Amino acid sequence: MKRSLDTILLIAAGLIIWQLLHMAVPYALTSPAGTAVKAWNMLNSATFWPHAAETGKAFLYALLLAIAGGLAIGLGLGLNRTSAEVAEPILVSVYSLPKVTLYPLILLIFGLGVPAKIAFGTLHGIIPIAIFAMNAVRNLAPVHLKTVKVLRLSRTQTLLTVFIPGALPEIVSGLRIGFSLTLLGVLIGEMFASQRGLGYLIMNAIGLHDVPTIMAVIAMLGIAAVLASAFMLWLDHRLHHRAA
Amino acid sequence: MNSAALQPAQSAHEPSKDVHAEMRGVTRVYGGDGKTGGVQALAATDLRLRRGEFYSVIGPSGCGKSTLLDVLAGLSRPTTGEVLFEGKSIDGRVPEGTGVVFQEDASFPWLTVADNIAFGLRRAGIDAAEIQRRLDYALKLMGLADFAKSYPSQLSGGMRQRVCIARTLVMQPRIILLDEPFGALDAQTRLIMGDELLKVWRETGATVVLITHALDEAAMLSDRIGIMSARPGKIIEEIKTQWPRDRDSRIAANPAFGEITARLWSVLRDESLKAIHQGNKSSAGLA
Amino acid sequence: MSRVGWIRLLVVGGFILAIELLCRTGMISPRVLIAPSDMAIRLYRLLLSGQANADIIETLGNVAISLVLSVSGGFAIGAAIHALPRLRRAIDPFLASYYALPFFAFYPLFIVMFGLGRGAVVAIGFLFGVVAMIIATLNGFDRIPRVLVRTAEVYHMGPVAAALRIKLPSAVPYLFTGVKLAIAYCFIGVIAAEFIMASSGLGYAIAYAFNNFDNGKMYALMFFIIVLVTIVNALFYTYERRLMRRWGR
Ligand SMILES: Nc1ncnc2c1ncn2[C@@H]1O[C@H](COP(=O)(O)OP(=O)(O)O)[C@@H](O)[C@H]1O
Ligand SMILES: [Mg+2]
Repeated sequence: MKRSLDTILLIAAGLIIWQLLHMAVPYALTSPAGTAVKAWNMLNSATFWPHAAETGKAFLYALLLAIAGGLAIGLGLGLNRTSAEVAEPILVSVYSLPKVTLYPLILLIFGLGVPAKIAFGTLHGIIPIAIFAMNAVRNLAPVHLKTVKVLRLSRTQTLLTVFIPGALPEIVSGLRIGFSLTLLGVLIGEMFASQRGLGYLIMNAIGLHDVPTIMAVIAMLGIAAVLASAFMLWLDHRLHHRAA
Repeated sequence: MNSAALQPAQSAHEPSKDVHAEMRGVTRVYGGDGKTGGVQALAATDLRLRRGEFYSVIGPSGCGKSTLLDVLAGLSRPTTGEVLFEGKSIDGRVPEGTGVVFQEDASFPWLTVADNIAFGLRRAGIDAAEIQRRLDYALKLMGLADFAKSYPSQLSGGMRQRVCIARTLVMQPRIILLDEPFGALDAQTRLIMGDELLKVWRETGATVVLITHALDEAAMLSDRIGIMSARPGKIIEEIKTQWPRDRDSRIAANPAFGEITARLWSVLRDESLKAIHQGNKSSAGLA
Repeated sequence: MSRVGWIRLLVVGGFILAIELLCRTGMISPRVLIAPSDMAIRLYRLLLSGQANADIIETLGNVAISLVLSVSGGFAIGAAIHALPRLRRAIDPFLASYYALPFFAFYPLFIVMFGLGRGAVVAIGFLFGVVAMIIATLNGFDRIPRVLVRTAEVYHMGPVAAALRIKLPSAVPYLFTGVKLAIAYCFIGVIAAEFIMASSGLGYAIAYAFNNFDNGKMYALMFFIIVLVTIVNALFYTYERRLMRRWGR
């Protein structure tokens, strides 16, 4: 198919650029082939998997918390026009804060360990999900809200049969961004306040100037993120297409 | 086919003197603090609708037609005055027995045609067999039977509007309010849809209020036509047509059709000119 | 100020007051968080002493440079991708998952490429900001009404004139969103890079204070960043609102 061909071409172009960069600065950047070999070796070593599992677990909890909290905040605020208008600039401000600087605070509250990572991941992901969910509810078609009144639906019926399905496409768009940022949050958390996880592996490798390990971990994370994102994008297109 | 499928729960009447819905001195101001400022959309408006009649409201654009419909339906509160439906005052809530078809496409894009039409019935807890019966009838009546499983995005604008009309009809409303429902359709489709609406009106015995800006539509469909003034709108004249109950768009060949259209236009022309020149208030005119 | 504005002020004020009370009554230990008023006082002293000036100027410079690069670069790249629909479709999933990557890890690479100066930090700020701008540009160009594109054809406008006089203005609301996000992401990228790796700048100063158990200085600097980002956001938000109101959006 033409579409998969385009994707392959794009990936090939990316690999060629990567290879050229590697040839320009060989010590700072491992080649694509070298990275693949290193990644394969890591996947086959027993020491790698506990780190991956640790990151995966923290990420899963953080994502669940971010989705639940983000949807509750976003839907709750979006249902009322005034509360949405009050909250929007506040949420946007919080969103744009460099949350790294809050890391000391998180550490002081949660101590070193998994809870701090989860908290940090949630902190990154919850706001974009809330913002998208809130705007999704605010942007529901006014004529649908009128229809709800004409049919004399109860609040619960309205929420379940009009608000949520109507807002779903935008909510999925928010989840896509929330997903990425939650993962970023967990990884940053691991990078400088943990003895386990993929973020720790990267940080440790940076300290040892072990470039192949850095590249291999980032490449594996990148592939996982792209696959997850492609799935959500597919879902997104389906929902938006149906609504178009 | 069971033509009783969409009859309102109460038995239908011939057009009678019996007042079905009424607006008494209703005004509506948008924005402002209630006393000063804001846009007055409706001036003190009186309107009495007889049970089972077909009433059209015509007026220049922006004169307050949609506002009148929203207030009559209970979708927005009048600033002053009172709206009564079946003898009871309505305040801020749509009374049971009211159906509304909007100008915009109000179909839910996430539901199939059949699910859209059955939407209100399912929420009202009506039993499945009855839902299916009304659904089948409405799909046939609106010519949508082959599209029951399609999504609105796969339909033309006219078909989507028919979905919305069907969704309203299956609730068996005793009064049906339509806000320029055919505004987005081409001229021929409009005529056909008008005939369909007449058929529904005859078969259900419901009271119909049709908002329109098309002279011919008002003239050929209605028992009575209310003409609205430029904003702030109110009904300044009512015209009776005396058409037989059994009629369709071919009535345009009747000489009376031309007379009614001409009378409508003679009143409406002045109001439309006023409405257009409302945009020039600050300048001294074009002289 | 509008009613909504007052409510917002009340909400934020109430929140700060609540934290203040929790800290002052000792419900929150000073080892975890110091009272906001204390942060403000310490920040005031810090600014007076001039100790932090070099770091502040360094960070603001880094953010400004990476912002200009991300906005102009992101617009150009976004416009180019939009002109190539096949590339566009193929690249979408990559753009969407971009922000999950911890590019800080490329810091050593950037030091090799750009040297020990601010280049590496700016590069990370740019990497953070540019993709938000690319995505916003694509969004904006997607939503240009077809009728406007055809109007350009009716007036026989060339591709460049059409892009500048029709497409750019009609995509402006989305470009604004892109700039807003780019501001946020440049701050995030620059400060995070400084925090984790660099040896100067505000992020570094916070990390340094943290490692030396100097809570007072740490919170004063965090407070400074929060206030700074909020002010930059508020200014931009107001400007955008005014422009959009004039255009009736
Ligand atoms: N929600 C609203 N807020 C403020 N003004 C409104 C609102 N809705 C309608 N108007 C104004 O009220 C007047 C009448 O509107 P409307 O009833 O929609 O007119 P019509 O349906 O006859 O075109 C118009 O001038 C319109 O601008
Ligand atoms: Mg209208």
